[in-house]
Amino acid sequence: MTTKFLDVRDLEVSFATDQGIARVLDKVNFSIGPGEIVGLVGESGCGKTTLARTILGVLPENSARISNGVINFDGEDLLQKSSEELSANIRGRVITFIPQDPFTSFNPVFTIGTQIMELMRWKSPRRDDPQYVNSLGKILNIYPRARYKADYQQVLEQLREVQLPEPEAVLAKYPHEVSGGQRQRLMIAMALLPDPKLIIADEPTTALDVTIQAQILKLLRQLARDRNVAILFTTHDLGTTYEICDRVTVMYAGQEMEAALVDGFFNRPSHPYTKRLLESLPNQEHGIEGIPGDIPSLINAPPGCRFHQRCDYATGECSVSRAASTEIGTDHMVRCYHPVSRPKTQTEAAS
Amino acid sequence: MSAQELDDTIEAATDRPILEIQGLKKYFAIRNVWKRRIGWLKAVDGVSISVQRGEIIGVVGESGCGKSTLGKALMGIHQPTGGKIVFEGNDITHLKPNQSRELRSQLQYSYQDPGASLDPRWKIRRSLHEPLIIHADLVHEERDQRVHDILKAVGLPEGHLDLYPHEISGGQQRRVGLARILTLQPSLIILDEPTSGLDVSVQATIINLFLDLHRTFKLTYLFISHDLSVVRMICNRIAVMYLGKIVEIGDTKNIFKNPRHPYTQSLLAAVPEIGGRKITDDFWLEGEPPNPGNLPSGCRFRTRCEKAQPQCAEIDPPLRRDWPGQEVACPLAE
Amino acid sequence: MELTRFLIKKLVEDRVALLGVMLIFALFLAAFFAPVIATFPADVAEFHPKNRLLPPDDTFWFGTDRMGSDIYSRVLFGARITITIAIIAIGVSVLVGVPVGLIAGYYHGWFSEMLMRVSDIFLAVPQIVLAIAIAQTLGPSIENIILALSATYWPFWARLVYAETRSIQNETFVEACIALGASPWRIMVLHILPNISSSIIVRTTIGMGGTILTAATLGFLGLGAPAPSPEWGRMISESREFLPMAWWYATVPGIAIFLVVMGFNLLGDGLRDILDPRIRRSVSHDD
Repeated sequence: MTTKFLDVRDLEVSFATDQGIARVLDKVNFSIGPGEIVGLVGESGCGKTTLARTILGVLPENSARISNGVINFDGEDLLQKSSEELSANIRGRVITFIPQDPFTSFNPVFTIGTQIMELMRWKSPRRDDPQYVNSLGKILNIYPRARYKADYQQVLEQLREVQLPEPEAVLAKYPHEVSGGQRQRLMIAMALLPDPKLIIADEPTTALDVTIQAQILKLLRQLARDRNVAILFTTHDLGTTYEICDRVTVMYAGQEMEAALVDGFFNRPSHPYTKRLLESLPNQEHGIEGIPGDIPSLINAPPGCRFHQRCDYATGECSVSRAASTEIGTDHMVRCYHPVSRPKTQTEAAS
Repeated sequence: MSAQELDDTIEAATDRPILEIQGLKKYFAIRNVWKRRIGWLKAVDGVSISVQRGEIIGVVGESGCGKSTLGKALMGIHQPTGGKIVFEGNDITHLKPNQSRELRSQLQYSYQDPGASLDPRWKIRRSLHEPLIIHADLVHEERDQRVHDILKAVGLPEGHLDLYPHEISGGQQRRVGLARILTLQPSLIILDEPTSGLDVSVQATIINLFLDLHRTFKLTYLFISHDLSVVRMICNRIAVMYLGKIVEIGDTKNIFKNPRHPYTQSLLAAVPEIGGRKITDDFWLEGEPPNPGNLPSGCRFRTRCEKAQPQCAEIDPPLRRDWPGQEVACPLAE
Repeated sequence: MELTRFLIKKLVEDRVALLGVMLIFALFLAAFFAPVIATFPADVAEFHPKNRLLPPDDTFWFGTDRMGSDIYSRVLFGARITITIAIIAIGVSVLVGVPVGLIAGYYHGWFSEMLMRVSDIFLAVPQIVLAIAIAQTLGPSIENIILALSATYWPFWARLVYAETRSIQNETFVEACIALGASPWRIMVLHILPNISSSIIVRTTIGMGGTILTAATLGFLGLGAPAPSPEWGRMISESREFLPMAWWYATVPGIAIFLVVMGFNLLGDGLRDILDPRIRRSVSHDD
């Protein structure tokens, strides 16, 4: 993959907690190509949600601090932008978000239609179109009737596209009157309405039943292809990753470990953590094994690679520094001093 | 340990199943604003399962299918509306949990998050002693001994006894929750969603723990879960539930190789299989389950079933036993 | 217990709550050591008309009252009365209200409803009117003040405990105990009660302040023990005819009441902040 649409470099994010400063993201590198569906995989505490939130620019102001890094999106560094600009032009327009929990994403006292049209008021692709509004209108933030009608039609069309039957009826309902699966479809619709270039989906199917999940995954993949939208898909479920993603990046305790195309990731995993992860999936042929130990504290994180304490292949250097990103195959990067695709040498086995 | 090895370790089935569920029903009243009952939510509507000693039987289904309610009704947390539960030959259908203690101590229930079953203000030692104080007539030293033995069996250090639940990790809390149940030396444990929400590597450890305990203590499990890949791995029989009824029940191997009920087929098709065909390409099940308070006539699945015929609206199909080790509630299955 | 150690540590950190603790401590000290630190301990009962209404000076630190008794000493002994009333009234309220709330909250059905309706009835009775009625029938005394206060205060605890019990009931660990076969008694007393104790503690602390205030009001109305009882409210009432000249007569007991009530309120607020896990101040980076 040559062009990087979203390129995160050396990102460092920390949170202040009662017990100290937690270094939640430790010089993370991550990228997405245009129109790609990239899975960000990891277990709890790996930092995938924080990474997603940092890209969106919605970290809690008081306790989170971005101490280093660049987020290149479509040529510009998002971290250099003011929060007003991010809020007005980037978030909800060019980059949209599908949250994990469909049950709490809507305001319970307003109808769905009211809430979606409120979204359109600020984030419609027609917002700055001179055909609908002049500069005075822009200053006064009016919502012209003509634009409202056009937006409304687009909403209906979008609801049909996410396979919600009877869109007008749905718009008149309150959030508690529709099911979880339907709400998630609505979230997808709302993520597509502003005509974004990147959708960040934070575990969008985790809370759903497996048959509904299958429907939603199918829908998402199709829409992403049709609209040529890139998706950043965070999940802890490797099966979902296999279903929908083109590329996968796996994280552990705030560090990215391996990034590869889906085929390479599942068939030729290279990082010891990836291997252990895949080996712990339930299967028929052989037994499964967990990984002994616990994830290290992010407050007193061990130096070097944060997996080294639980790794079978770790040597002295692993606890001092992290390996640089090495390319070991087409579009397959790993950060490890002992990638497991090659056998242990004599010296390594001895130490 | 694979399912095959598991089959081999099950003792020859004794004459009497350890647990017999006969036509169990649990209905919840739906009331309007004036507290008048306007309908029934038939959470469990006529479920019959015969559980053999030593087996691990899975109960699977999606939300609203009634599997959790089934588990709680078996324990007496919900009082059954109809049907019969026979445990070790005794009718326990209408017993409350604090009645008939010896029976109840043999049948235990593990929550989805066993750590949440611990009182946050109690030290772990106290929480582990409690079941024995309630049920058994042991002196303090004897209780202590049992607790220590159990701690070892679940792989926890003794130092944990003096800690509070919030001072240990989630995985360890789970082990404590399990230990608590095991102090009573139960013969049957109902495991309710034991691997939900767990990281994959932690899940693997817990699964191995369950299998170890099953072997060590000669337990029987009723394994309620929505995670089919886990169920496939450790259960030797599976019951698939949909809207309160069992639509298919049989040996794990048979059901996964050859699901016959249309719902089972779509359920299995929906599970992502790494390395296999992508479900998203040809998954056909559409729509959502109907409102459980207002079920369709006849077969409950007919509104979403691609094979539905007019006759499906007439009668609610019973389980057919036309195949070895597999029963299906669909007249059109083959 | 580990929780109390944590509590004490947090309390010490909260300056305002610490002030409350000190004020309350001063109250208890005053009451306990009254015979020792009073300058004229006999003045609780004796009177010396020739010393009446003297302003504060070296001998009589807070001046004298209309009977010539040293106000400073009387205030100290008055602290004993204040504490007695507060502790007994609150004690009874808690001992009656908490079990009622627990039982009504744990069980569902007509009995629970009935208990709560009874508490509603007591809640509707105005304290002062009830105190007057009791005083009229049984004669004014400290015991009657305590009776009137207890009878009207216990429903507050019943309601609080009822609400908390109902909400804790649905927690997993309670359900797990039920599944384990624990008896209702065990669940209510050993499990639910400890987990709702923080609300009870906060309510009780703040309730002390309110009780003392109300007791002073009742004393002011003359419903408490008759003269020469050094009850603070009564002292203020006596001072009325001599104001504004003998300003010390009303001010000193008034300030005593003020400080004590404020002490309990500050402590109660501090405890609530510590014990309520939902109040979290946001933490920020230092540099």
